[in-house]
Amino acid sequence: MIVPLEHILILAGVLFFAGMAGLVAWRANVIMMLVSIEIMLNAVMLVFVAGSARWGNADGQLFALFIMALTSAEVSLALAMVVYLHRRRKTVDTDLFNEMSG
Amino acid sequence: MIEQAIFYILATVTVIGTILAITEKHPVHAILYLVTSLFSMAVIFFLLMTPLVAAFEVIIYAGAIMVLFLFVIMMLDLGQPEKGMSPGWREWLPALLLCGISLVSLGIVIASRHAPDSMQPVPLAIREVARRLFQEHGLAVELVSLQLLFALVGALYLGKPSAAPTKKEVETP
Repeated sequence: MIVPLEHILILAGVLFFAGMAGLVAWRANVIMMLVSIEIMLNAVMLVFVAGSARWGNADGQLFALFIMALTSAEVSLALAMVVYLHRRRKTVDTDLFNEMSG
Repeated sequence: MIEQAIFYILATVTVIGTILAITEKHPVHAILYLVTSLFSMAVIFFLLMTPLVAAFEVIIYAGAIMVLFLFVIMMLDLGQPEKGMSPGWREWLPALLLCGISLVSLGIVIASRHAPDSMQPVPLAIREVARRLFQEHGLAVELVSLQLLFALVGALYLGKPSAAPTKKEVETP
């Protein structure tokens, strides 16, 4: 592949900013916030893999794999929390989770 | 040159899929757009000569995580965009402002550099990657396994059918 590293970084930046815009815009819906965080982490993975391919170092690929494991743990825990909150309040609207019971 | 053309086509598909995913009002459609974007991203990883990450992208991201999202959306019956959960222009305005400022600063950074030279990715054998993973990052592998165990325990604890109300139900009679 004969593509400059800068073009891959531009692609990753555009994806990261799209995920950031989605995170800010969907701030009332927990599920879509998690989806936007997935997009941002995926863009970060692309940067790691591009650096690994550019300099021939295996560490980038390994950190992409670590990010993937981290993401799966984070998503499973966050979705369990979404199910728990939905069971308590019957909604996933973050504006309604504004009081503590303690 | 054909790999270059494939890369730009896949980059376009990825960006359009992501933008459609974050602007779609229906959560299930958004997840499906994102799966399309992740597939083209996996082929980009393959073009970057990292087949391991490409395979895990398809298996874990598009196969496991997105299916988990779909499962939760369908189980909680959230796939109804008419409930007023989708953002209006008041929510999109700060997001577009933030995104625009970031994109303009990215463009300034890119334009201030000299003309980029094309790179030739260095192919790495999976044997080399596995050797680096298990010989030099063995502690990180252990930490990731512990983290997955914590996530499992946490998900089981949170998914337990509401311990506190059942205790009250036991106490009240």
